[in-house]
Amino acid sequence: MSGDVGLPILHRQRLWLYALGGLILLFLIAPSVIIVIMSFSDSTLLQFPPQQWSLRWYQSYFQSLEWRDATIVSVKVAIMTVLVATPLGTMAAYAINRGTLRFNGTINALLTASLIIPVILIGIGTFFLYARIGLNNTLTGLVIAHTVQALPLVVLTVLSGLRSYDMNQERVARSLGAGRIAAFWQVTMPQIRFSIVSGALFAFITSFDEVVVSLFISGGETTTLTRRMFNALRDQIDPTIAAISTCLIVLSILLLSLAQIFGRRH
Amino acid sequence: MSTQSALPNETVADRTLNTRALRADARREELRLLALLSPSLLLVFAIIIVPVGWLFWLSLFDETGALSASNYARFFEQASYVKTFVTTFKVAFIVTGACVLLGYPLAYMLSQLPRRAASICLIFVILPFWTSVLVRTYAWLVILQRKGLINSWLIDLGVISQPLSLANNFSGVVIGMTHILLPFLVLPLYASMKTIDTDCLRAGMNLGAGPVATFRQIFFPLSLPGLASGVVIVFVLCLGFFVTPALMGGGKVIMWAMRMEQTTSLYSNWGAGAALGVVLLAVTLALLGLFQWLLGARATGVWSSR
Repeated sequence: MSGDVGLPILHRQRLWLYALGGLILLFLIAPSVIIVIMSFSDSTLLQFPPQQWSLRWYQSYFQSLEWRDATIVSVKVAIMTVLVATPLGTMAAYAINRGTLRFNGTINALLTASLIIPVILIGIGTFFLYARIGLNNTLTGLVIAHTVQALPLVVLTVLSGLRSYDMNQERVARSLGAGRIAAFWQVTMPQIRFSIVSGALFAFITSFDEVVVSLFISGGETTTLTRRMFNALRDQIDPTIAAISTCLIVLSILLLSLAQIFGRRH
Repeated sequence: MSTQSALPNETVADRTLNTRALRADARREELRLLALLSPSLLLVFAIIIVPVGWLFWLSLFDETGALSASNYARFFEQASYVKTFVTTFKVAFIVTGACVLLGYPLAYMLSQLPRRAASICLIFVILPFWTSVLVRTYAWLVILQRKGLINSWLIDLGVISQPLSLANNFSGVVIGMTHILLPFLVLPLYASMKTIDTDCLRAGMNLGAGPVATFRQIFFPLSLPGLASGVVIVFVLCLGFFVTPALMGGGKVIMWAMRMEQTTSLYSNWGAGAALGVVLLAVTLALLGLFQWLLGARATGVWSSR
């Protein structure tokens, strides 16, 4: 087995490292596991392991109008963010990949700016701007703000797909008479579609899990799920949130597995 | 058509005509690419550049609307602001240190495991990375609070009689943030450890170095650039972190981002809040710039010493 690494060290001599690494992995994953288990508890007290099992917290999640409305808002915003960010990010990645533009470095920095700039600053700034143009507490405002946050992930994912694709194939198609759009759609697109799908999944999760900006610019009828959760956590620890959290964890696992499957096929 | 027929006996005029046509074509191509980029750039400009610039502008005026540096002078004069900065940097240093202590052994183990085992272990790093910050903060609240898991276990076991105050204070913030930021250190560090050439290590061991000496003299120095990038990312994210301190600080641990939220939402003092944001952005960019500059020097240093 040590042949994999190629060093004359036996796994036996590394047991301490594996034990330590295992403990750190446990630290990373345990909180999520605990929440999933607690969400099926029957008690309002936070006992672990739970004495009695029930689905009452899931019931209280699905039956509460407030939670349901917030979930619907979040899903709507996330889907619209995907629909806007994916094509825009793909277009931008295509242009950056050509590398012929004079300001490629600056453009790259601009498009990935939302990964670097403290998100609290974006939240306050967006709120301030939206207050002037009446976009606070609107779905449109949320979608625009989330699109900006999701763009860098789509651009980076599609870009990595384009880097392993030979652009000459598109040139060949065009020299054989295909138009620009037809060449992209019929030759390039099928070969990078898995990267695009991965980018779209990342955009969805980015929007759905976004907290800080939504805290500032959503409210009233457009309160997102994360905003409602944040406010609920400020007051008290309602076990309903354990059920919602479990749903969010399952969603993350689902989307990540999909991204993984598409990534591998690429 | 005309250029083709002119080919056999091409004149100077034809050649300049061709050059001109090619240049025009290149320019059109550039415009097309810019057109592809323009919607994204426009959005980033409208949602990031304009608001941040606006906040910068606001920070230059005091309450009466006169141009002044009072929003910035406040940071040095008022004890509460100084305290916020001290708290923020204290949390950032401790969390970054904890992430290094936990992240380095983990990344090292991942880099040494066979590929299959490593990719399975990586799931446990990537899954929390993509789980909502809110979910993970809630989990730590449940685990650490007065009647939480740790306290009830310790009391049941008879280790303590009074619950420890783990949440709603400094330690809660540090534990929660370490958990959330750990993947940001492990992932770049692991990626850079994977690029370390095993032949270097094998050569060292062939020449008689023991495992410890091989690690200390060869592996560790080669992993430093990856570690540095992880450290800078975690530190910078700490400085602007909002959700966990707001929920787990119990109102006692006021960090930079919370201060910004309070100043703008609670007190509607946009000038002061904007100034806080401007300084935060400046510190963030300065740290990232410094890192890039150092890493550039570092990378050439590694190569020249080979």
